[in-house]
Amino acid sequence: MTLHVAPSSTAASPAVVVTHLCRAYGSRVVIENLNLRIERGEFVALLGESGCGKTTLLRALAGLDPVDGGRIAAPRRPAVVFQEHRLLPWDTLWRNVALGLQVADVRERAAAALAEVGLGDRLDDWPRNLSGGQAQRVALARALVQEPELLLLDEPFAALDALTRIRMHHLVRELVATHRPGVLLVTHDVDEAIALADRILVMRDGRIAFEHRTSGARSIARAELLAELGVVASHPIPA
Amino acid sequence: MSNLEQTASSVAFDAAQPSDNAVSRARTVQFEIGRRGLLLLSWLAPVVLLIVWELLAQAGWLSPQVLPAPSKVLRTAFKLAASESLLNDLGISLLRAIGGFTIGASIGFALGILVGFSRIAEAAIDRSVQMIRAIPFLALLPLVIVWLGVGEAEKIFLVALGVTFPIYINTTLGIRQIDPKLIELGRVQGLGTLDLIRRIVLPGALPSILTGVRYALATAWLALVVAETIGAQSGIGFLAMDAREFLRTDVIVLTIVIYALIGVAADAIARTLERRLLAWHPNYGGAR
Repeated sequence: MTLHVAPSSTAASPAVVVTHLCRAYGSRVVIENLNLRIERGEFVALLGESGCGKTTLLRALAGLDPVDGGRIAAPRRPAVVFQEHRLLPWDTLWRNVALGLQVADVRERAAAALAEVGLGDRLDDWPRNLSGGQAQRVALARALVQEPELLLLDEPFAALDALTRIRMHHLVRELVATHRPGVLLVTHDVDEAIALADRILVMRDGRIAFEHRTSGARSIARAELLAELGVVASHPIPA
Repeated sequence: MSNLEQTASSVAFDAAQPSDNAVSRARTVQFEIGRRGLLLLSWLAPVVLLIVWELLAQAGWLSPQVLPAPSKVLRTAFKLAASESLLNDLGISLLRAIGGFTIGASIGFALGILVGFSRIAEAAIDRSVQMIRAIPFLALLPLVIVWLGVGEAEKIFLVALGVTFPIYINTTLGIRQIDPKLIELGRVQGLGTLDLIRRIVLPGALPSILTGVRYALATAWLALVVAETIGAQSGIGFLAMDAREFLRTDVIVLTIVIYALIGVAADAIARTLERRLLAWHPNYGGAR
């Protein structure tokens, strides 16, 4: 009943492999015997109602919460973007991006990451001068500058307005295509999942109840996913 | 002094900006008197008071033994400064204040860090410190004199005692107020304990710690005045008590003025520290 984080080195290895994961708060089981494999470069969205265990899974993968059983095998520490930007208000943008970065040319690397998210001219600015979307872009740069093999996104666009969210979707798609980490996006937005993910999982009662690969017609996928979430009926009721 | 006044009034003006109502109110006042006019008015009362005081003393209505004329105090200041005894005493007083402050602040800060981080340390230390804090520290003076006599040690001890508690309380408070989500972020970014303290905990607690420093500067000064009034052989307080023997009220008033000026200077230093170190903070560095 212990957590094993096994380091592996080969380039062809998956970003993360989860086997028989269990997590309970007291007697309430939140994650039950969950298996999940995410390849490098693969974008996986995790849908589910509030309290279905999706955030618990993400926090377990991030190493923030302990698990009660099973195994999480990740080659390296994953990077996380939270719903709130969590920028340090007392550090300039480049120092925020460089937080925890252990390389020689820290400022150059942070500057390059900020340029990638379109904030290359704001290196010495303070977080308080940023809009919500800009702050979340810095948070994205802070995660990607670590060159993670697994990127965990915990509803990072939920607090943004609709237009900013669409811009962020484009940016994330570009960045993921460039850096090719495995991505797990936790969201409750079906359209966001369809827009971004290669594979969409629906979590229910601590298990992955449904899986969908987004290759076919998107409208069908949308109806099917909404039905799985219990929002609408999957087939139109005959008159 | 006028510089200090100006920043104060400009801050008040900035603060009025967010609300349209307040802005229009500020503008009408400006049309009537103008900002310079308001500044002059604020200085009018103290200046008039000084002139009345001077005239009363000159006319002989005020006995010089009760209250000497301001001009007399000024002349005494120059005379004492020329003989170097004033600067000497001032230096000794400042050294006592700095020494006591350094010791007290170090102890308060170290205990604050310990208690802020460790629940065990909190259980072991916090209650005792809070109990000692309930004593007005000046009430310990007779005991301190019994322990240490009336020498330098007693004065520095008293200053340190007054400084320790405000620094301790504000350090623990600052550490407790840090957003746990930022600590979590630090862990996600792979910071070790030392980096976590350096990059997240201390900067986050700094506004509160600096508030403690400002408060401690005031208590340090109070402690010094009391300690020097009792059995000192040098220092500003000694100067005052010595002058009392000879009914030299001009010297006594001078020492009071010096205490006031140093208090103002200490506060200005604390404010400058806040502006420099908290440039990121909208409440401090925002009005640059």
